[in-house]
Amino acid sequence: MAQSREEVVETMKDVLASELGVEADKVTADARFKEDLDADSLDLVEVVLALEEKFGIEISDDQIAGVKTVGEAADLVISKQTAVG
Amino acid sequence: MSGLEGRTALVTGASGAIGRACAVALAGQGARVVVAYGSDEQGAQETADLVKAAGAEPVVVQADLTDPGAAKELVAAAGEAGIDILVNNAGLTRDGLVLRMRDDDFTGVLEVNLVAAFRCTREALRGMLRRRWGRVISISSVVGLVGNPGQANYAASKAGLIGLTMSVAREVAGRGITVNAVAPGYIPSKLTDAMGEEAKQATLGQIPVGRLGTPEEVAAAVRFLAGEEAGYITGQVLAVDGGMTMGA
Repeated sequence: MAQSREEVVETMKDVLASELGVEADKVTADARFKEDLDADSLDLVEVVLALEEKFGIEISDDQIAGVKTVGEAADLVISKQTAVG
Repeated sequence: MSGLEGRTALVTGASGAIGRACAVALAGQGARVVVAYGSDEQGAQETADLVKAAGAEPVVVQADLTDPGAAKELVAAAGEAGIDILVNNAGLTRDGLVLRMRDDDFTGVLEVNLVAAFRCTREALRGMLRRRWGRVISISSVVGLVGNPGQANYAASKAGLIGLTMSVAREVAGRGITVNAVAPGYIPSKLTDAMGEEAKQATLGQIPVGRLGTPEEVAAAVRFLAGEEAGYITGQVLAVDGGMTMGA
Protein backbone atom coordinates (compact mmCIF):
# COMPACT_ATOMS: atom_id res chain seq x y z
CA MET A 1 0.00 0.00 0.00
CA ALA A 2 1.60 3.25 -1.12
CA GLN A 3 1.78 6.02 1.41
CA SER A 4 1.93 9.78 0.98
CA ARG A 5 5.29 11.51 1.06
CA GLU A 6 4.36 13.10 4.39
CA GLU A 7 3.56 9.72 5.89
CA VAL A 8 6.86 8.28 4.71
CA VAL A 9 8.79 11.26 6.07
CA GLU A 10 6.99 10.80 9.40
CA THR A 11 8.01 7.14 9.51
CA MET A 12 11.55 8.10 8.57
CA LYS A 13 11.61 10.45 11.55
CA ASP A 14 11.16 7.47 13.85
CA VAL A 15 13.70 5.38 11.97
CA LEU A 16 16.33 8.12 11.94
CA ALA A 17 15.74 9.01 15.55
CA SER A 18 16.30 5.40 16.57
CA GLU A 19 19.10 4.57 14.11
CA LEU A 20 21.06 7.83 14.20
CA GLY A 21 19.88 9.15 17.54
CA VAL A 22 19.00 12.53 16.04
CA GLU A 23 16.21 14.71 17.41
CA ALA A 24 13.01 14.10 15.47
CA ASP A 25 12.60 17.87 14.98
CA LYS A 26 15.74 17.98 12.85
CA VAL A 27 14.40 15.35 10.45
CA THR A 28 12.63 17.38 7.80
CA ALA A 29 12.22 16.61 4.10
CA ASP A 30 14.99 19.12 3.33
CA ALA A 31 17.43 17.83 5.93
CA ARG A 32 20.67 16.56 4.38
CA PHE A 33 21.96 13.30 5.86
CA LYS A 34 25.62 14.22 5.99
CA GLU A 35 25.58 17.95 6.63
CA ASP A 36 22.46 18.38 8.76
CA LEU A 37 22.09 15.02 10.46
CA ASP A 38 25.77 14.27 10.89
CA ALA A 39 25.44 10.79 9.35
CA ASP A 40 28.53 8.92 8.19
CA SER A 41 28.50 6.23 5.50
CA LEU A 42 27.78 3.42 7.95
CA ASP A 43 24.92 5.45 9.45
CA LEU A 44 23.41 5.70 5.98
CA VAL A 45 23.71 1.96 5.48
CA GLU A 46 21.94 1.43 8.78
CA VAL A 47 19.16 3.79 7.71
CA VAL A 48 18.77 1.96 4.40
CA LEU A 49 18.63 -1.43 6.15
CA ALA A 50 15.99 -0.07 8.53
CA LEU A 51 13.94 1.39 5.67
CA GLU A 52 14.16 -1.88 3.74
CA GLU A 53 12.90 -3.78 6.75
CA LYS A 54 10.21 -1.26 7.69
CA PHE A 55 8.76 -0.92 4.20
CA GLY A 56 9.51 -4.40 2.88
CA ILE A 57 11.49 -3.09 -0.08
CA GLU A 58 14.97 -3.53 -1.49
CA ILE A 59 17.15 -0.57 -2.32
CA SER A 60 20.28 -0.99 -4.43
CA ASP A 61 23.54 0.83 -3.80
CA ASP A 62 23.20 2.67 -7.12
CA GLN A 63 19.92 4.11 -6.01
CA ILE A 64 21.29 5.22 -2.67
CA ALA A 65 24.22 6.99 -4.29
CA GLY A 66 22.13 9.93 -5.48
CA VAL A 67 20.21 10.42 -2.25
CA LYS A 68 21.27 13.44 -0.21
CA THR A 69 18.18 14.48 1.73
CA VAL A 70 15.45 12.86 3.79
CA GLY A 71 12.88 13.92 1.17
CA GLU A 72 14.85 12.22 -1.60
CA ALA A 73 15.03 9.06 0.47
CA ALA A 74 11.26 9.24 1.01
CA ASP A 75 10.72 9.59 -2.74
CA LEU A 76 12.89 6.52 -3.30
CA VAL A 77 10.86 4.53 -0.77
CA ILE A 78 7.62 5.62 -2.43
CA SER A 79 8.85 4.73 -5.92
CA LYS A 80 9.84 1.29 -4.60
CA GLN A 81 6.47 0.74 -2.96
CA THR A 82 4.68 1.71 -6.16
CA ALA A 83 6.92 -0.61 -8.14
CA VAL A 84 5.99 -3.52 -5.89
CA GLY A 85 2.33 -2.62 -6.31
CA MET B 1 27.87 -14.29 37.14
CA SER B 2 30.35 -14.94 34.40
CA GLY B 3 29.70 -12.43 31.72
CA LEU B 4 27.78 -13.66 28.69
CA GLU B 5 24.34 -14.19 30.21
CA GLY B 6 21.63 -13.06 27.83
CA ARG B 7 23.96 -13.23 24.82
CA THR B 8 23.52 -15.57 21.89
CA ALA B 9 26.50 -17.08 20.11
CA LEU B 10 26.66 -18.76 16.72
CA VAL B 11 29.53 -21.19 16.20
CA THR B 12 29.95 -22.61 12.70
CA GLY B 13 31.66 -25.96 12.33
CA ALA B 14 30.57 -26.70 15.89
CA SER B 15 30.69 -30.45 15.33
CA GLY B 16 34.50 -30.35 15.09
CA ALA B 17 37.07 -30.22 17.87
CA ILE B 18 37.79 -26.48 17.97
CA GLY B 19 34.19 -25.46 17.25
CA ARG B 20 32.96 -27.72 20.01
CA ALA B 21 35.43 -26.31 22.51
CA CYS B 22 34.37 -22.77 21.55
CA ALA B 23 30.68 -23.60 21.91
CA VAL B 24 31.25 -25.16 25.32
CA ALA B 25 33.49 -22.31 26.52
CA LEU B 26 30.90 -19.68 25.55
CA ALA B 27 28.12 -21.76 27.10
CA GLY B 28 30.16 -21.86 30.28
CA GLN B 29 29.93 -18.06 30.37
CA GLY B 30 26.14 -18.26 30.17
CA ALA B 31 25.66 -17.66 26.43
CA ARG B 32 22.95 -19.41 24.50
CA VAL B 33 24.70 -21.24 21.64
CA VAL B 34 23.60 -21.95 18.09
CA VAL B 35 25.51 -25.11 17.17
CA ALA B 36 25.90 -25.05 13.39
CA TYR B 37 27.23 -28.02 11.48
CA GLY B 38 27.55 -29.16 7.88
CA SER B 39 27.41 -32.97 7.77
CA ASP B 40 28.49 -34.45 11.11
CA GLU B 41 25.12 -34.65 12.83
CA GLN B 42 26.38 -36.91 15.59
CA GLY B 43 29.27 -34.56 16.35
CA ALA B 44 26.87 -31.61 16.52
CA GLN B 45 24.63 -33.52 18.91
CA GLU B 46 27.60 -34.29 21.16
CA THR B 47 28.47 -30.59 21.16
CA ALA B 48 24.88 -29.71 22.00
CA ASP B 49 24.93 -32.16 24.92
CA LEU B 50 28.12 -30.56 26.25
CA VAL B 51 26.62 -27.08 25.83
CA LYS B 52 23.64 -28.23 27.86
CA ALA B 53 25.92 -29.75 30.48
CA ALA B 54 27.68 -26.39 30.71
CA GLY B 55 24.35 -24.89 31.67
CA ALA B 56 23.28 -23.22 28.44
CA GLU B 57 20.59 -23.77 25.87
CA PRO B 58 21.81 -25.21 22.54
CA VAL B 59 20.09 -24.72 19.20
CA VAL B 60 21.35 -27.23 16.63
CA VAL B 61 21.18 -26.21 12.96
CA GLN B 62 22.44 -27.94 9.85
CA ALA B 63 23.57 -25.74 6.98
CA ASP B 64 25.66 -26.22 3.87
CA LEU B 65 27.96 -23.22 3.86
CA THR B 66 28.53 -23.48 0.11
CA ASP B 67 24.89 -22.42 -0.21
CA PRO B 68 24.69 -18.59 -0.39
CA GLY B 69 21.48 -18.67 1.65
CA ALA B 70 23.01 -20.61 4.55
CA ALA B 71 24.18 -17.58 6.54
CA LYS B 72 20.67 -16.17 6.65
CA GLU B 73 19.29 -19.49 7.90
CA LEU B 74 21.93 -19.72 10.61
CA VAL B 75 21.31 -16.22 11.91
CA ALA B 76 17.55 -16.78 11.72
CA ALA B 77 17.97 -19.90 13.87
CA ALA B 78 18.82 -17.62 16.77
CA GLY B 79 15.30 -16.21 16.57
CA GLU B 80 14.35 -12.74 17.77
CA ALA B 81 17.40 -12.52 20.00
CA GLY B 82 19.78 -12.29 17.03
CA ILE B 83 23.46 -13.17 17.17
CA ASP B 84 25.67 -11.28 19.61
CA ILE B 85 28.76 -13.41 19.19
CA LEU B 86 29.73 -14.97 15.87
CA VAL B 87 32.52 -17.53 15.74
CA ASN B 88 33.49 -18.22 12.14
CA ASN B 89 35.08 -21.58 12.66
CA ALA B 90 33.87 -23.83 9.85
CA GLY B 91 36.73 -24.87 7.63
CA LEU B 92 37.98 -27.61 5.38
CA THR B 93 41.22 -28.59 3.70
CA ARG B 94 42.00 -29.98 0.29
CA ASP B 95 45.75 -30.22 0.46
CA GLY B 96 48.02 -30.57 -2.51
CA LEU B 97 50.97 -28.87 -4.14
CA VAL B 98 50.03 -25.86 -6.20
CA LEU B 99 51.25 -27.45 -9.41
CA ARG B 100 48.77 -30.27 -8.91
CA MET B 101 45.96 -28.20 -7.41
CA ARG B 102 42.77 -27.96 -9.41
CA ASP B 103 40.69 -24.81 -9.60
CA ASP B 104 37.87 -26.28 -7.59
CA ASP B 105 40.27 -27.46 -4.87
CA PHE B 106 41.19 -23.83 -4.46
CA THR B 107 37.81 -22.18 -4.84
CA GLY B 108 36.05 -24.90 -2.83
CA VAL B 109 38.24 -24.19 0.20
CA LEU B 110 37.88 -20.42 -0.25
CA GLU B 111 34.11 -20.77 -0.50
CA VAL B 112 33.67 -22.41 2.89
CA ASN B 113 36.60 -20.97 4.86
CA LEU B 114 36.40 -17.38 3.65
CA VAL B 115 33.31 -16.54 1.60
CA ALA B 116 30.94 -18.23 4.05
CA ALA B 117 32.63 -16.36 6.91
CA PHE B 118 32.03 -13.11 5.03
CA ARG B 119 28.38 -13.98 4.52
CA CYS B 120 27.83 -14.99 8.15
CA THR B 121 29.56 -11.80 9.29
CA ARG B 122 27.42 -9.62 7.03
CA GLU B 123 24.25 -11.33 8.20
CA ALA B 124 25.08 -11.22 11.91
CA LEU B 125 26.26 -7.58 11.81
CA ARG B 126 22.79 -6.19 11.14
CA GLY B 127 21.51 -7.12 14.56
CA MET B 128 24.80 -6.24 16.23
CA LEU B 129 24.62 -2.74 14.74
CA ARG B 130 21.10 -2.31 16.02
CA ARG B 131 22.08 -3.45 19.47
CA ARG B 132 25.37 -1.56 19.42
CA TRP B 133 27.17 -4.62 20.72
CA GLY B 134 28.79 -7.53 18.99
CA ARG B 135 31.75 -9.85 18.78
CA VAL B 136 32.96 -11.43 15.56
CA ILE B 137 35.77 -13.92 16.01
CA SER B 138 37.15 -15.80 13.05
CA ILE B 139 39.30 -18.86 13.45
CA SER B 140 42.24 -18.24 11.15
CA SER B 141 45.43 -20.29 11.35
CA VAL B 142 49.15 -19.83 11.70
CA VAL B 143 49.45 -21.04 8.12
CA GLY B 144 47.57 -17.87 7.15
CA LEU B 145 50.47 -15.95 8.71
CA VAL B 146 53.47 -17.92 7.49
CA GLY B 147 52.18 -20.26 4.75
CA ASN B 148 52.55 -24.00 4.46
CA PRO B 149 53.60 -26.17 1.54
CA GLY B 150 50.65 -28.18 0.27
CA GLN B 151 48.14 -25.76 1.69
CA ALA B 152 48.10 -22.80 -0.70
CA ASN B 153 44.31 -22.84 -0.79
CA TYR B 154 43.88 -23.25 2.96
CA ALA B 155 46.56 -20.67 3.79
CA ALA B 156 45.04 -18.20 1.33
CA SER B 157 41.64 -18.63 2.93
CA LYS B 158 43.05 -18.19 6.44
CA ALA B 159 45.07 -15.12 5.43
CA GLY B 160 41.92 -13.82 3.75
CA LEU B 161 40.08 -14.08 7.05
CA ILE B 162 42.66 -11.76 8.58
CA GLY B 163 42.10 -9.09 5.92
CA LEU B 164 38.36 -9.50 6.31
CA THR B 165 38.71 -9.20 10.08
CA MET B 166 40.73 -5.99 9.98
CA SER B 167 38.50 -4.33 7.40
CA VAL B 168 35.24 -5.13 9.15
CA ALA B 169 36.81 -4.14 12.47
CA ARG B 170 37.48 -0.68 11.07
CA GLU B 171 33.99 -0.37 9.61
CA VAL B 172 32.11 -1.11 12.83
CA ALA B 173 34.58 -0.02 15.49
CA GLY B 174 32.41 2.92 16.52
CA ARG B 175 29.40 0.72 17.18
CA GLY B 176 30.47 -1.40 20.14
CA ILE B 177 31.38 -4.29 17.87
CA THR B 178 34.82 -5.87 17.92
CA VAL B 179 36.14 -8.11 15.16
CA ASN B 180 39.15 -10.30 15.78
CA ALA B 181 40.85 -13.44 14.57
CA VAL B 182 42.39 -16.29 16.50
CA ALA B 183 45.17 -18.15 14.73
CA PRO B 184 45.64 -21.65 16.12
CA GLY B 185 48.87 -23.51 15.53
CA TYR B 186 48.84 -27.30 15.51
CA ILE B 187 45.79 -28.55 17.38
CA PRO B 188 44.85 -32.24 17.24
CA SER B 189 41.69 -32.43 15.14
CA LYS B 190 40.36 -34.27 12.13
CA LEU B 191 42.43 -31.94 9.97
CA THR B 192 45.74 -32.76 11.70
CA ASP B 193 44.90 -36.48 12.01
CA ALA B 194 45.42 -36.57 8.27
CA MET B 195 49.10 -35.64 8.74
CA GLY B 196 51.74 -38.36 8.54
CA GLU B 197 53.82 -39.26 11.64
CA GLU B 198 56.97 -37.79 10.10
CA ALA B 199 55.23 -34.50 9.36
CA LYS B 200 53.96 -34.42 12.93
CA GLN B 201 57.44 -34.89 14.39
CA ALA B 202 58.85 -32.20 12.12
CA THR B 203 56.08 -29.87 13.24
CA LEU B 204 56.80 -30.46 16.93
CA GLY B 205 60.36 -29.29 16.34
CA GLN B 206 59.04 -25.89 15.27
CA ILE B 207 56.93 -25.33 18.37
CA PRO B 208 58.81 -23.60 21.22
CA VAL B 209 56.35 -24.94 23.78
CA GLY B 210 57.21 -28.45 22.53
CA ARG B 211 53.74 -29.91 22.23
CA LEU B 212 50.56 -29.61 20.21
CA GLY B 213 47.87 -27.30 21.50
CA THR B 214 44.39 -28.28 22.63
CA PRO B 215 41.02 -27.15 21.30
CA GLU B 216 40.29 -25.79 24.78
CA GLU B 217 43.34 -23.53 24.60
CA VAL B 218 41.99 -22.04 21.37
CA ALA B 219 38.55 -21.71 22.92
CA ALA B 220 40.02 -19.83 25.87
CA ALA B 221 41.21 -17.11 23.49
CA VAL B 222 37.79 -17.00 21.84
CA ARG B 223 36.07 -16.77 25.22
CA PHE B 224 38.34 -13.89 26.20
CA LEU B 225 37.72 -11.97 22.98
CA ALA B 226 33.97 -12.55 23.31
CA GLY B 227 33.86 -11.08 26.78
CA GLU B 228 32.90 -7.63 27.91
CA GLU B 229 36.45 -6.95 29.11
CA ALA B 230 37.87 -7.34 25.58
CA GLY B 231 35.86 -4.40 24.25
CA TYR B 232 38.98 -2.34 23.49
CA ILE B 233 40.61 -5.07 21.40
CA THR B 234 39.66 -5.10 17.74
CA GLY B 235 41.21 -5.98 14.39
CA GLN B 236 43.76 -8.23 16.07
CA VAL B 237 45.10 -11.66 15.33
CA LEU B 238 45.78 -13.67 18.46
CA ALA B 239 48.01 -16.64 17.72
CA VAL B 240 47.46 -19.65 19.96
CA ASP B 241 50.37 -21.65 18.68
CA GLY B 242 52.85 -22.45 21.44
CA GLY B 243 55.07 -19.62 20.23
CA MET B 244 55.45 -21.01 16.72
CA THR B 245 54.94 -17.73 14.87
CA MET B 246 56.28 -15.22 17.36
CA GLY B 247 57.73 -12.29 15.51
CA ALA B 248 56.10 -13.31 12.26
